[in-house]
Amino acid sequence: MPIDRSEVLRIAELAKLHFDEQDLDVFTAQFQRILDYIEQLKQVNVEGVEPTSHVSLTPDFEKHLFREDEVKASLPVEESLANAPDRGNDHFRVPKVL
Amino acid sequence: MNLKSAFEIREAVGAGKISAREIAAAALKRIEAVDTTLRAFITVEPDRVLARAAEVDARITSGDSGLPLAGVPVAIKDNISTRGLRTTCGSRILGKYVPPYNATAVERLERAGAIVIGKANCDEFAMGSSTETSAFQVTRNPYDLGRVPGGSSGGSAVAVAAGMAPLALGSETGGSVRQPASFCNVIGLKPTYGRISRYGLVAFASSLDNIGTISNSPRDMALILSVIAGHDEHDSTSAPVPVPDYVDELRKPVQGMRLGIPKEYFGEGLDPAVKTIIESGLRKAVALGCELIPVSLPHTEYAVADYYIIAPAEASSNLARYDAVKYGYRIERPEDLSDMYKRSRGAGFGAEVKRRIMIGTYALSAGYYDAYYGRAMKVRTLIKRDFEMAFERADALLTPVSPSPAFKLGEKIADPIAMYLSDIYTVTANLVGIPALSLPCGFTPEGLPVGLQVSANQFQEVTILRFAQAFSEAYPLQIPPLKV
Repeated sequence: MPIDRSEVLRIAELAKLHFDEQDLDVFTAQFQRILDYIEQLKQVNVEGVEPTSHVSLTPDFEKHLFREDEVKASLPVEESLANAPDRGNDHFRVPKVL
Repeated sequence: MNLKSAFEIREAVGAGKISAREIAAAALKRIEAVDTTLRAFITVEPDRVLARAAEVDARITSGDSGLPLAGVPVAIKDNISTRGLRTTCGSRILGKYVPPYNATAVERLERAGAIVIGKANCDEFAMGSSTETSAFQVTRNPYDLGRVPGGSSGGSAVAVAAGMAPLALGSETGGSVRQPASFCNVIGLKPTYGRISRYGLVAFASSLDNIGTISNSPRDMALILSVIAGHDEHDSTSAPVPVPDYVDELRKPVQGMRLGIPKEYFGEGLDPAVKTIIESGLRKAVALGCELIPVSLPHTEYAVADYYIIAPAEASSNLARYDAVKYGYRIERPEDLSDMYKRSRGAGFGAEVKRRIMIGTYALSAGYYDAYYGRAMKVRTLIKRDFEMAFERADALLTPVSPSPAFKLGEKIADPIAMYLSDIYTVTANLVGIPALSLPCGFTPEGLPVGLQVSANQFQEVTILRFAQAFSEAYPLQIPPLKV
């Protein structure tokens, strides 16, 4: 699949990543090489093969996924906000949205 | 006191022959002496270390006997959360991040009397095979200062190799513990998927990620695994499988063990010096009474491509959390919310992380999902079946860990594909979810370490550790002096 700058910019928009103008050409070329490399999976016959999204664990694994819906202590507000780049008294602060 | 053996330290500290504080001071002294050259650690806080060690001493004095890791210094990879201790993931975006909670593995280590000695350097968000993508520093291989330590857990491997800590935690998504272990002549274990809780391990690719362990001996490896393995209510992917006494299991014999040798791991691309060392390792296995069985893993050639779709796809989702709101780097004076996201992430992430987020976003985007991610999940099934068939005949598999010994600093950093191919023998264990270990096997004529990879079926860590114990006991290596 050939990739050009405009396609890279489209994906960057989806990924919310800013690229500097001077880096775009190098990045596009590397992106193309990686895509060319992973294209080789097209040679594999996968007809009728089920996908594996997650390696299976023990047979009764699923029963451990659920727990009782009990109220437990959570992180205090002060600790939750301690790493925020910008905050109010008890909330995260962001630039204007609209 | 020998800082290379966790077992000796805990015996001496437990018996009151030496204090945890004295051990910690010795480890800090060693770090001070060699780490300005090696740069294995991003963060070391001596006052905190000594205070924690004093707490362990107080616990022992008050009768808390039998702590399995009493006073043992442990290096923690900097993508594993430590409460109150900066955890950067080797990334500028988390350069000031201080976790409000401990990873479960860290919690269990500290409960067992271990001392977190410092936070070890790594590739940014564990994405890399040389530790060179760290935003902060380059870590050097102690056997050749001009070469990489491997990665992404390079700092953890170097800390153990250079005697700064007898044990370390790393993390594994595609070989990030085994490959640096191989490059630095230490033992590195990627356990079964779900064997160790990942609560507090910063997520990279959730269907592949594991916490891994690094040691100088199989016995120390068994010791730390016994402490940190097991189900955790904070991680629903941690396996509710009983944890054996791994130390006790080491004594069982290896005679008659059936060892599969997959021919696909010995073909084109394998460095001849590595091949010679691995083949001598196979002969030693036979001399120990093991039986070698030829096996085939026919989809091996597609494993790297498969991995470099699945891992970036999952990473692109996981790294969406770095939005410059809850934590992390935020640019000055954003125009609006969208501008804040894009420029904070653009400036906060390094080149390799951005490449992987982009590849993953592309592979998951409308119109391409089936061709890339959908297909990759099916190829993953085929790779898994290869291993299932091999394990019908073999108790364990022996292969190289990496196609080459440690490469030179800067050699592969500009060529992503060359870097990715150094993971060719390790990514499969993550795709399949099986345990695999890098065991020191020899040195090249240039004096570079080479590891032998031992892998087994899910939850068969005991088989791997038993082989490692018999092998390293029967064939101790002649180790060249470190360059520090």
